[in-house]
Formats: sequence, C-alpha cells, structure tokens
Amino acid sequence: MKVLWLQSGGCGGCTQSLLCSEPRSLFDELRDAGIEFVWHPALSEASGGEALAVLEACTSGELAFDVLCVEGAMLRGPNGSGRFHLMAGNGRPLTEWVTRLAGHAKWVFAIGSCTAYGGFSANTPGNPLEACGLQYDEQTPGGLLGADFRSAGGLPVVNIAGCPTHPGWIVESLQKLALEGMADTDLDELGRPLFYAGELVHHGCPRNEYYEFKASAEKQSDLGCLMENLGCKGTQAHADCNLRAWNGSGSCLRGGFACIACTEPGFESPGHAFQETPKVAGIPIGLPSDMPKAWFVALAALSKSATPKRVRDNAVVDHLVLRPAIKKKGGGK
Amino acid sequence: MSRIVVGPFNRVEGDLEVSLELEGGRIQAAHVNSPLFRGFEQILVGRAPLDALAIVPRICGICSVAQSAAAATALADAMGVTPTPNGLLARHLIQATENMADHLTHFYLFFMPDFARPDYVDRSWHAATAERFTAIKGSAAAEVLPARASFLRLMGFLAGRWPHTLAIQPGGSTRAITAGERIRLLALLREFRSFLERRLFGDALERIGQLASKAELLAWADGRAGDFPAFLKIAGDLGLERIGRADDRFLSHGAYGLFPAGTWQQGKTVAFAPALITEDTERAWLLADQPRHPAAGETIVAADKADAYTWCKAPRYAGRAHEVGALARQVVAGNPLLLDLVQRDGGSVMARVVARLQELARLIPAMEGWVQALQPGDSFCAQGVLPDEGSGVGLVEAARGSLGHWLTIRRGRIERYQIIAPTTWNFSPRDASNQEGPLEKALLGLAAGEGAPPTIQHVVRSFDPCMVCTVH
Ligand code: SF4
Ligand code: SF4
Repeated sequence: MKVLWLQSGGCGGCTQSLLCSEPRSLFDELRDAGIEFVWHPALSEASGGEALAVLEACTSGELAFDVLCVEGAMLRGPNGSGRFHLMAGNGRPLTEWVTRLAGHAKWVFAIGSCTAYGGFSANTPGNPLEACGLQYDEQTPGGLLGADFRSAGGLPVVNIAGCPTHPGWIVESLQKLALEGMADTDLDELGRPLFYAGELVHHGCPRNEYYEFKASAEKQSDLGCLMENLGCKGTQAHADCNLRAWNGSGSCLRGGFACIACTEPGFESPGHAFQETPKVAGIPIGLPSDMPKAWFVALAALSKSATPKRVRDNAVVDHLVLRPAIKKKGGGK
Repeated sequence: MSRIVVGPFNRVEGDLEVSLELEGGRIQAAHVNSPLFRGFEQILVGRAPLDALAIVPRICGICSVAQSAAAATALADAMGVTPTPNGLLARHLIQATENMADHLTHFYLFFMPDFARPDYVDRSWHAATAERFTAIKGSAAAEVLPARASFLRLMGFLAGRWPHTLAIQPGGSTRAITAGERIRLLALLREFRSFLERRLFGDALERIGQLASKAELLAWADGRAGDFPAFLKIAGDLGLERIGRADDRFLSHGAYGLFPAGTWQQGKTVAFAPALITEDTERAWLLADQPRHPAAGETIVAADKADAYTWCKAPRYAGRAHEVGALARQVVAGNPLLLDLVQRDGGSVMARVVARLQELARLIPAMEGWVQALQPGDSFCAQGVLPDEGSGVGLVEAARGSLGHWLTIRRGRIERYQIIAPTTWNFSPRDASNQEGPLEKALLGLAAGEGAPPTIQHVVRSFDPCMVCTVH
C-alpha cells in the first residue's frame, strides 16, 4: 500500500509524534505490513525538482498511490487565493494540490485535528487565513473537499483527529486499511476511527478514585481530579489516551494537566480559559457525556460526603501524604 | 545571469523555497522564501494569558517544548514568580530531552541522508554511507527510531506526552516525580547514553565533551567506528569546514545555566542586551513599518506588497543579522572546540554539525545530574497570581537557536504577543538596508543548478531549519 504525505497549515507535530511509534522502528513496522511512502516531506530523500516530479506524476494519475495523508489545515486565504501556502518550488496553492490529489487517492486521511477540522489556524478571530479542515469547518461538514466528498475507496475523509495525533492511531489506521480496508461503520459521526474515538479520555485515568469522590485538584500539580477546577474535559473527549500510553507511560492526565479535548472539533476556542472549569452555581457546565445533570449533582454531593480522608488530603498536594491503610491480619477479631 | 527556484526542501520542518541567481554555475544572490503563513500572534490576542501555554506549543511540532518554556518564562516574568528548585530541574530536563531528541533526529533523519545520494557514488565512503543513511531504508534509521522513542519516554514521566504538553507552568511543572520514577528516568538516560556511545560516537560521552580543538577532534576520529567519525571523514573529503559560512556574528539567549547568553563577533564575546533586538518587515508580505522592538511589534498581513518575497520578518541585533543555533550557543559560551573551528574557517556546515553532536555528548551527563538532584516530596510548582496589566519576556534556547516571546497583558487579556523563532533569525530575508539574512549569505559562491552536487542541500540543512516556527 502506497502512502503519499503532504503538510500544510500545521506544526509538523503529528509527524514528530508518528516517529515516536513504539516498540518497533516505525519504518520496519510499516514495511513489514506492506506499507511504503511514495513521498513524505520530512522523511524522503527526494527534494526540489525530484519531489515535484513525484507529486506531478501522482496528480496526473501516472503514479498510482493508495492513501493521501494530509497534515495541517487548508489555508484558503487571502480572498480564496490559497496564497497563505504556496507549494515551494512550484508556486501553486497547497489547497489546489490537495484537491487534485484527493481525486486520485483511494483513501484520504486527515492527520491531526487541524487537518480534520481547521485547528488553531481557523481560530484567529475572523479567520483571516480562511482556514478549514479537509471535510469540515470546525463542527460543520464542508471544508476544502465538501461534505459529499468520497474517495475512490468509497469513504469520506478519515479524521485521525488529535493535536497531535497519537502514533498508534495513525499506524493502526494504516495497517487496518492494508489488512482489511475500512467501512463507514469503522468511523464515528465526525469521521474518526472508532477503535480509538469510541472511548473517553476519562476511561482508565489514574485519577479516577479522586473523580469518584469528587476530591479535586485546586492548583496546578495537585494530584486530585482536574474536572471540577482545572478545566479537564476527559469525561467528554473521545479518545483512548488513558488506555493507550503516550511516550511509554504518559498521558495528559498522568502529566498532571487537564485534557483540553484535542480530538474534538473546536477545542481550540472553548469559550473559557483552558485551565479553568467554567461553572454555574458551583457546578461545572461541561458534564460527563451521557450523564443526566440531576444525577451528577446528586452523586457528586453524596460522594463528597463519603470521601475518605486519604483521598481528600492527597488530592490537594503533589505527592502522596497518606497511604492506603493496611488491613491487620486475623480480620474481624 | 540565470535564475532558478529550488524547493520544496524536504527533511526540514515545514516548507522552504530558495531562489538563486547564478553566474557561471555559481550563486551570486539568494532569496529565502518561507511560503507558508500561520498567524499565531493574532490567535493569541484577546485570550486569557495562561491560554498561551496551550496555544504556543502548537506553533511547532519539533520544538513545542521550547515554545512552552518561552511562554512560561514570559508569564512568570509578568507574574513575578520563580519556579521551585524541583520545578526548574524538571523544566531543564523536559527542554533538554526535546533539544537532544531534535539533535539526534536532525543528524540521522534530516541531514545525513543527503550523503547517500547517487551524486556521491564515486566517493570511497559512499557505499557504507548509503547502507547506513539512505532515507527511510538505511540501517541507521531502524536503530535510531527506537532509541529516540525510548529516550522520549522521559517525556511520558516528566511532561505527560510529547509534543504539546501543558506540564510546563510559570512556577515549574505540573508533574511531581516520585522516588521510583527518578530511578526510571536515570535508567532511560543510561539506555540512551549507551546507544550514543556505541553507535554515534564510538567512545564515552565525557571524552567527546573534552575534545578542545580541530586537531584533537580529527585525531580522535581517525579510524574510529561510529556515525560521528564517519561524518567527519565525509566532511574532510568534501571540505565541509569551508562551506556555508555566513557573517560569523552569533547570538545566544543562554541555556540551562550551563551556556551563558551573549553575542560574539570577530573573536569577542559581548554581553547580550535584549533591548537591541528589532524586527524589520521590509521584504516580508507584512505591512511596511520602521523596524520595531518585539515588545512593540506588529504582524499585519500585506499579501500584495511589491518587492516582498517571504512571510518571514528580518530580526536584527544592533541592526545586524545574527546566526543562532548550537554553534552560536557554544561559541558564545566559549567552547574551545567550536571557537577553534570558527576561528580557523568561520561558521560552516561542519562546525554546525559538530556543535550539535558535542552538545548531545555534554547534555546527557548534565541531565543525569539534574535527575539526581530532584528531591521527591518537595514542591514542583510555585503558585503565583497574574496581574491584570503587565508585560513579560521569555528568552530561551530551542535546539536550533534563540527563541523569544514578548507578551503584554491588558485588562486581564493578552493584548500583544510577539515571537522571534530561531529560524526567523537564520532564514531572515533582506532588511530595509538590503542586508542579507544568514542563509542568504551562506549560500553565496556555491555551485548550483544543473549537474551541481547537492551542496546547497547540506548548507540549508546545516542550520536545522524549522519553517513552521519561522512563520508562526
Ligand atoms: S482528571 Fe479528567 S480524565 Fe481524569 S478522572 Fe478527572 S475528569 Fe476524568
Ligand atoms: S488527553 Fe485530551 S488533550 Fe490530551 S491527548 Fe488525549 S484528547 Fe488530547
């Protein structure tokens, strides 16, 4: 399976993240799964004219390829001209290259949230860059390729959303495609592969005991749950970040900071400060997915009143001050 | 006189185009174009100040931590807060992990593959270089990627994830390291040290750190197995110590308390005064203006401006273009090996690569020391209060050079945010007085065009450019 990769209005972080793929060397893993890069801007040898020749051949249909991976938002400005990103050495807008190449690809992957939905580029007040995603303007279907776009393989754009995306999300999507293809039923309503977007970040969070008892962190570096005060959206963000580790053993929550829901369209402009939880009458506005508000409020009140001292004390410091008790032998006597 | 346009340059971060005027196959003039505009300075305006910590890492996927550190430093400056000792060590460790991973990625994946090109098939070293360094397929990539990924596990502990962490805060870090994790960090550093000593250097890191002159370096490398000695052999054969010289004016913001801030030219180190920095928009597709200090800087698009040729501004220090990066950092810090290389032949492709790799050899032992100095149980994050009105400056070093953030807060919101990234310095266009940027200078006189060897590829990549930062 041949993969062609382009970068536009993004930071290149998804490629950097991809290179962190573990445990095997990314290149070995892909090769043995029958996956090769036709061209990748950060990794391939071909440069300048040689690279342009490869891209031209793909655009004309002379050089067949299977997957078009695009990384970075589509910059349509100024005034629809696409001049905010012209292909180096060639002078034509990247938006034009992507549109033409998408017409020849069996499948199109949007790598990262900017490519999927527009990203920070689309979040400048007034969007002067006229930035958008491949098939979305934030939550609204549309984008560069249009709501009705289907690649030759019959799928809409596959949105491997995340800022950056996890290396496993890309590598497994590519390998799934190579192994058995993909169908609409493999994607959620926002075009994201269900194998990772079918979970919530909250699942498997090491702070779950604090969550249960509503023992909340009050300041940066506290061990408690980050939902009540510090802006965590883990109960609403679709991703498996606490089930599949980042960089060996990490995740945002394991790193001590809030999930800002980077796999969701529009996460860039949450309407409040990222590291603060907006509340009405002391209750966070963004309640967990699928949870009726009254129940949440009732359960929160109940669990707060039942919080063990250990959990309450540990929640507001940066290292454990109380250990779980050890049961004495010969229990019951 | 003929004109050619070269691009896209891949294996650099982001998009780059260089247009060259040639006379008899030699470069008479170069214009460096960053053909992508991103507008992050506008994204930040109007936001809550601490939002910068979530936004600026997304400027750049390869130096996202450096961006975070610059923002955290600027915010700490505005808040008047000082990180706790643990917080400072954690920040050093997070930054050094990114910087060292960058140096490694640059050498193995971005820079060396050019020597595996068929252009060099008649050189004695070509067959071995092609086997080891061919892009994607070479034997080195298969070893380096797991070594890099494993090294970046430090980030899993220290920063949650990489790229794009929110762990770095004005007062330190959100992530307190436990006693057990401290042991894991040391073990990961030892694993990485072992890879570097076996494959990259073929010797102990401490030995590389001690090399103090060109003669010592070459004597050490002679006949030694290892990827760095292999590079030095190629460099000698192709004369890379005489290629890619810019103005030999260097600037560094200083890093880790190990490498002091300063500027260097004509053999002299001079104290660094941030007030002398200006940015010029003369040849950028940005509103024409007098050069401004970044604390008062503006970034206003003027896409139809005649005579402009890039989205990159032209930063100047005391009115002059300056080169930044590992070489600048080391020369300013008085590193004897790099000073010797620069005083003999000037800044060059070879000197830039040597500076990076010697930094790797010196930083890993320093990182081991920082991990040992962590005090589990003591605070990792000092708390502070943001003023409603105020300003702050964050001057740090990314792998590829000096990075500055200038921030103004008004009525509790960001009023102005200006950024000068390392590649903005190195790949700057001409300014109002027609003074070229460092890369534009470094390309002059080189062979280019039909049939020329890929020399300009080496020069461009020797700066380890990051275009996405440049055009933030
Ligand atoms: S910190 Fe966030 S993800 Fe973790 S338990 Fe609390 S709400 Fe859930
Ligand atoms: S935890 Fe949230 S912010 Fe962090 S990577 Fe996952 S979805 Fe993105």
